Amino acid sequence: MALAQQSSPHARNARSTSQVMLWVILAALPGLLALTLFFGWGNLVNVVWCIAVALAAEAAILKLRKRPVAFFLKDNTAAVTGLLLGLSLPQFAPWWVSAVAVIAAIVMAKQLYGGLGSNPFNPAMVGYALVLISFPVAMTTNWAQPGLLWETAPGFGDTLSMIASGQQTAVDAFTMATPLDEYKHKITTHTAAEVLAHPTFGDGVARGWEWVNAAFLVGGLVLVGLKIITWHIPVSMLAGLAIMSLAFGSNADLYAPLSMHLLAGGTMLGAFFIATDPVSAASSHQGKLIYGAGIGILIYLIRTWGAYPDAVAFSVLLMNFAVPFIDHYTPPRTYGHHKPRRGIPGKGQG
Amino acid sequence: MTQLWDFSGGIHPAENKHLSTSRPITGAGLPEVLVLPLQQHIGEPAEACVAVGDRVLKGQKIADVTGGMGVPVHAPTSGTIESVSLQPVPHPSGMSDWCITLKPDGKDEWAPLNPVTNYRDLDRETVLERIRDAGISGMGGAGFPTNIKLRPPRDRKVNTLILNGAECEPYITADDMSMRENAGEIIAGLRIMAWILRPERVVIGIEDNKPEAISALRKAADGTQTEIAVIPTKYPSGGEKQLIQVLTGMEVPSGGIPADIGVMCQNVGTAIAVSAAIHRGEPLISRVTTITGYAVTDPGNFEVLIGTPIDHLLAQAGQENSKLHRLVLGGPMMGYTLETPAVPVVKTTNCVIAATATELPEPAPEQPCIRCSMCAEACPMELLPQQLFWYSKAGEFDKAEHLNLFDCIECGACSYVCPSSIPLVQYYRAAKGEIRVQQAEQLKADRARERFEARQARLEREQQEKEQRRKERAKAAAEAQARKQAEAEKADAEGQPANDRAAKAALVQEALARKKAKGQQQAETNAGAAETKAASEPAPDIDALEKQLAQATAKLNTMQSMLEDARAESADNVEKLERAVTKNHDRVKRAEEALAEARQSVAATDTQTTDS
Repeated sequence: MALAQQSSPHARNARSTSQVMLWVILAALPGLLALTLFFGWGNLVNVVWCIAVALAAEAAILKLRKRPVAFFLKDNTAAVTGLLLGLSLPQFAPWWVSAVAVIAAIVMAKQLYGGLGSNPFNPAMVGYALVLISFPVAMTTNWAQPGLLWETAPGFGDTLSMIASGQQTAVDAFTMATPLDEYKHKITTHTAAEVLAHPTFGDGVARGWEWVNAAFLVGGLVLVGLKIITWHIPVSMLAGLAIMSLAFGSNADLYAPLSMHLLAGGTMLGAFFIATDPVSAASSHQGKLIYGAGIGILIYLIRTWGAYPDAVAFSVLLMNFAVPFIDHYTPPRTYGHHKPRRGIPGKGQG
Repeated sequence: MTQLWDFSGGIHPAENKHLSTSRPITGAGLPEVLVLPLQQHIGEPAEACVAVGDRVLKGQKIADVTGGMGVPVHAPTSGTIESVSLQPVPHPSGMSDWCITLKPDGKDEWAPLNPVTNYRDLDRETVLERIRDAGISGMGGAGFPTNIKLRPPRDRKVNTLILNGAECEPYITADDMSMRENAGEIIAGLRIMAWILRPERVVIGIEDNKPEAISALRKAADGTQTEIAVIPTKYPSGGEKQLIQVLTGMEVPSGGIPADIGVMCQNVGTAIAVSAAIHRGEPLISRVTTITGYAVTDPGNFEVLIGTPIDHLLAQAGQENSKLHRLVLGGPMMGYTLETPAVPVVKTTNCVIAATATELPEPAPEQPCIRCSMCAEACPMELLPQQLFWYSKAGEFDKAEHLNLFDCIECGACSYVCPSSIPLVQYYRAAKGEIRVQQAEQLKADRARERFEARQARLEREQQEKEQRRKERAKAAAEAQARKQAEAEKADAEGQPANDRAAKAALVQEALARKKAKGQQQAETNAGAAETKAASEPAPDIDALEKQLAQATAKLNTMQSMLEDARAESADNVEKLERAVTKNHDRVKRAEEALAEARQSVAATDTQTTDS
């Protein structure tokens, strides 16, 4: 009788990485739905396209690296990267811009660093930042006008052809700046009331965007509820952003108000789906609080005084740089010890 | 209501306890042979005190520990000693160890027992001695000799005595069933331990998934000042450190013992054994063990004689050979797999899981760590398991130690939750083992170096002493000659009283020379001492030697100029001065040699230092 020899624990009941990633994808669906409802088919097409490119790129580079392709493709992480890029790129971004972003994310930011778990930077945000800097026009002029799907937005076929053709002139009628961009540039010469008269803001905070953010918030809370992410990063990031906004920009005639910061742009997507990427985020509770707060503060700084409008990507990447440092100095206090052991071991320490 | 605290982390694995709680504790019967390992607890192994072929009675002492920490082993039934030999014993490594094999004669004849009618009449030392003689060691975990645990260091007063009835591991119900059926005996044992320790608080901690045990203990504890604390079900609340935190809010200091904070934990099984030992005089010869898992048809709890082979137990529980895939000794979280069921039950054996392949499946292949930190969320010791994993895997043991690797209690909660199915605990065990090996090797290397250095120093010292003796002999000879010479000169001077002034001058010169010689001798002794010192130290004092050389050279110069003066005046002490100059010449030479030697040895030490 051959008895199996195994090291304890013998019982395991973990959600596998692929299940965790599947939950992330499912939790992002309300946000995708809201994006589709308010900004047309663009994001849906982007998401499908980006996931397809992501899987293809992952398979190709795994093959090049002589790694088991199916084993790693099944972990769903490439799909999540594609999904996040599809959700954050402009609705009418030309197909090749999306492809460049995804390939950069998968090949450069992830696999060239050693694959899953080894990347110091959030792959999706590396891809995003790369195309934002490389193709600023394509990235800033292809945002869809808000409006319910069945009212003003172009149909599915039109959207597909616009994305496929990559002709930016063809979409002028349906595109405009994002509300945060609009507010930032107009507020220097107009009052808050005049700025808010622009159709992008609608009756609420920022037409369409508030619902999209609310949907991502709901999805994010599901992830917190399922214990796939902890509350630390989203809460500290939103708190950092809110505190900065209240401290420096409480006058709506000078700076975008708090509601705009929280409910326009990619704030909630960033807080619950992007900043919480475990591979590139800080790991201890205290570290996560610092990491999230840093992102929140940087988002405010970049949005308010920076040259680029897309603050989330840059903030996340900047804080990715700080993660090893944060991790070294924020270990928790172990049971039975007086204080945590910070830093790296040196002489005189154990 | 007892105030409870929470410990961080923890998990809720599937309990599977219902499997083995459907029927009362039953006897496991008499196996064909009983195999009694001589080492069943932490400490020294026992030595057999019976010979092969001896007939022993039930409860008779068959092995004892004469020196060091340990408790005796008793015959679980009457029979004949068949052998004292190496047998496979329950151990993660599957190793063999010395065991006494007892062939039962089926009569189950007790040796005379010596119960205590009222232990309160005895002094505490006597009671502790009886607990030791009954062979009781902790029956929950590592198996620490109970009499030693019950005697905390003199400066540590135990304020809180905790009886651990949490039993947080899935599957195991041995303590649960004992509490249901033997609550009275548990309380009796607890009262004996409380009488020994005189704590302010006595509390039994039980997880809230054992309602029958709770009510049985409540009933039994009625009227005693024993607290029954019902704690939330969470693994590993039965870990000593976690239970202490839940019940007292205090933490056992890292590297310390519970007594450091005035707490002591004992297992419920140990309480039963203590009660049996004192009230009935029975040594520890049996225990309750859970046989469970889906590869047995009648799982349950058995009163098992220590030494019963596990295959006998599995047969009692209806083992289905075709289904059996993995045999786990202990719980599914911390137990270890057995290579063979032919190992005996020992004093710490609380559970055997006969698992099917679907019940405890093979782990999925290891995937890369995605730093999800779920392990850190689950860790009850508030460690950073993923960092420990990286450092352990990369062999950066200093960093792993810095992050308190040795505080890991190996509860397995991190591995349980890891989505990448990384066998984290296995990495920690390997790292701990590696660090221990390195430390042992370092210690060995240090000792070897010390021995070598001591030998070198001894050889040098012997050399120095030899040299010193040689110099002394040479000096004595030179002095004797000088005296002879002086006497001869004195005789000459007496013979020529006319040259009175020159003779006086000569005497003065002679005295001066003697004094100088004496001074020099002293300097030499000093130099010798300095040399000895230099040899015993890693870096000889070159400065001192240089100074000596300079002094010697200066003296030589003075002597030479004096000699020249004398020659110019053609005084009669020219000869003597010439001798003095020669002597000084030698001294300068010796000083030079010593210096050169010292420099060489310094250079050698330097190279040695750079080499090592």
